[in-house]
Amino acid sequence: MLQIPRWQTALIVLVLLIGVAFASPNLISRQATDNIPDWLPNQQINLGLDLQGGSYLLLEVQTEAVIEEQLDNLVDEIRVQLRGERIGYRNLGVEDGAATFTLRDPTQAATVEELISDIGGQLQVSVGEDGKASVRYADTAVQERISNAVQQSIEIIRRRIDETGVREPTIQRQGERRVVVQLPGIDNPERMKEILGKTARLTFRLVDEDVSPQSSRIPPGSEVLPSDDETPEGTPQRRHVVRKRVMVSGENLTDAQPTFQQGQPVVSFSFDTVGAKRFADVTKNNVNHAFAIVLDGKVISAPVIREPILGGNGVISGNFTVQGANDLALLLRAGALPAPLKILEERTVGPGLGADSVRAGEFASVLALVAVIVFMAVAYGLFGILADVALVANLILIMGALSGLQATLTLPGIAGIVLTLGMAVDANVLIFERIREEAGNFRGPVSAVDAGYRRALTTIFDANITTLIAAVLLFYFGSGPVKGFAVTLAIGLVTSMFTAIMVTRLLVAGWLRRRRPQALPI
Amino acid sequence: MALIKRVPIKPEFNIVGLRRLTIGFSIALALLSVVLFAVQGLNFGVDFRGGILMEVRTKAETADIADFRDRLNDLNLGDVTIQRFGEPDTVLINIQEQEGGTEAQAAAIERVKATLDEVVESYRRTEFVGPKVGEELKQAGILATALALAAMAVYIWFRFEWQFAVAGLLALIHDVLATIGFFALTQLEFNLGTVAAVLTIAGYSINDTVVIFDRVRETMRRYKRKAMPELLNMAVNSTLTRTVLTSGTTLIALIALAIFGGAVIRSFTWGLIWGVMIGTFSSVGLAVPLLMFLGVKPSTMSTGEESEKEAAERAAGKASV
Repeated sequence: MLQIPRWQTALIVLVLLIGVAFASPNLISRQATDNIPDWLPNQQINLGLDLQGGSYLLLEVQTEAVIEEQLDNLVDEIRVQLRGERIGYRNLGVEDGAATFTLRDPTQAATVEELISDIGGQLQVSVGEDGKASVRYADTAVQERISNAVQQSIEIIRRRIDETGVREPTIQRQGERRVVVQLPGIDNPERMKEILGKTARLTFRLVDEDVSPQSSRIPPGSEVLPSDDETPEGTPQRRHVVRKRVMVSGENLTDAQPTFQQGQPVVSFSFDTVGAKRFADVTKNNVNHAFAIVLDGKVISAPVIREPILGGNGVISGNFTVQGANDLALLLRAGALPAPLKILEERTVGPGLGADSVRAGEFASVLALVAVIVFMAVAYGLFGILADVALVANLILIMGALSGLQATLTLPGIAGIVLTLGMAVDANVLIFERIREEAGNFRGPVSAVDAGYRRALTTIFDANITTLIAAVLLFYFGSGPVKGFAVTLAIGLVTSMFTAIMVTRLLVAGWLRRRRPQALPI
Repeated sequence: MALIKRVPIKPEFNIVGLRRLTIGFSIALALLSVVLFAVQGLNFGVDFRGGILMEVRTKAETADIADFRDRLNDLNLGDVTIQRFGEPDTVLINIQEQEGGTEAQAAAIERVKATLDEVVESYRRTEFVGPKVGEELKQAGILATALALAAMAVYIWFRFEWQFAVAGLLALIHDVLATIGFFALTQLEFNLGTVAAVLTIAGYSINDTVVIFDRVRETMRRYKRKAMPELLNMAVNSTLTRTVLTSGTTLIALIALAIFGGAVIRSFTWGLIWGVMIGTFSSVGLAVPLLMFLGVKPSTMSTGEESEKEAAERAAGKASV
């Protein structure tokens, strides 16, 4: 056990050197790391949002809305198909996640089944003998739809955040329908929440001028929508009757920019060729009629068409503030979300608290380190000092591993390091106590040290693996800062086993060979 | 020069002889914890309870809590608690979840900020956790703890005999209960960090237990004719110095953290300090004596290859530099 082959010594030294290399960028300023050549480790430890300040948002894609919309479209499609074939039906609507209707003539069941299956999209059609029909999407189709909606949402979220110019955001999918957004350096996320909270579905539609909003008989092809501006009491200023049919939608926009018109903030936009043509056609046919610009179910403005708009460019003028115009332009450029987002969790840490936490954590770590070092030196003398060397090596390896793996260091993570400092000497205490015991059994120093290391080994492994189990489960189930704790605890356990066993053994063996002592100092 | 020289290598405390006392104490502690939990409950933080939490630093050097209370009461936000946090100029505000979804929470935060603007210098922390997430986090915490205990017991079963796994598991459950009791008694905030603390305590305690179990196994293999209490005492005593020293260094490190590590992780650190003490006690005073009651005898132990090999080595006197 004390005969350490040269290659092993070389390997131990190599691991330590690699640790130093990866840990060293943390000693210089962040700007200075840019000057380190690429082939050298040049990354610093990644600080979590609780240490560097920033905002964490957990969002959920409200996919129910997508499913609902899909069913509404299905109902429309069924209506078109049945009317086209002149098949009589009644009570067409949505019920329990399916489109349902009743055939006036149940003998047409087979024709209807075929007709609706042809709509496509993995439909399951069943028509009962009494003519009651229900049409639903297959589960796989629904799942796919949800999955696509979440994927698309992530893309839109990314574009919106990029447009605001936040540096180094992370956007990750979590589970089936959730998205985690991390925004370093953002200590007031209200604007961000507002921007992410809007679906931003823009439509241009004609105003139904035949009925007044107060009328109780709104035609089925129209709906009453509130205006965007509100009275001080929080109720909409006006209501508009707007046709459901969409002339052009936000998908046809190629650009949107905030600008000014007669001193008022407005948003100018351009359509793509398809949108421009459609818009031109509609405006040509509806001169002197009003059309509505609708955003997320609210009418931003309802201007009257004075002349056909042929160029594919236009301006949205509403009751905007400068910020409002900026945000709307941003939302239109980034595109609409397929479904609304709900904020489930928000954690924001200001830069002051982050810096304070780093300072407190650093101070506590150094203090703990010094205290443990003194304790070990006093208790075990020379052997204690050798264990202290291993302890410092351990700390360097933890820093190196955190930098190299680019794991995130959080405040509980610092606690994990401090805890590891206390626990790391455990392996050495185990070994030293064993050596003391073996020396007590009338063994010579060499034999006692050898037996001490050998016997303590299995104990150290068993004891550390059980703790490692806890760390792994913490990592798996923990979130955010707690994950950071699990990471440093696990890294610390592994590195401490290496330093406490391999490094001290190298030191103790070297000392024994040089001095050839008659008795051990412990 | 090394102080350890003055510590006997094999102390001779009759710890296992006190087993009725130590086990009785553990049972009492566990029961008391359950009662405290039932009567007092835990002071759940925003993580599990849901709602809004804000940490603010005031412009005044000492925060006027009464003024805060007056200002916030006018907003009708439901259940609001206001307390000083760490420094005299730092205040922690807990607000219950507002009815009306995401916008209502954002609006409440905005209103609080508008009201406090005159007295607040900076908003250090703002957290909002929806009730659904809070419930999920709670379940994940319970699941993680249960799984961790089970996984550790299985590992011990695999490495030792089943009696060791049962004794270790009971000691772990005792530690978890005692920690929950500690949080119920002190009403320190129970949050995600606390769950991490509980799991760490479990990991630390089992680490301690395994070290002693390892020695129990070794002693039983070596001295097949001795009586159980004597064997267990030998094992506990020969690891006692290590048990005390390791708890000592860990506690030193944790106390440094508790005092200087900042208010945010203070309840986490105190939980760990309590847990290290309880975990150390349960390894010696509960897990080891339980082995006796579970019927572990030298004859039930398999003669591991290890001991035979070691015996052979010892005979040959093989050990060299």
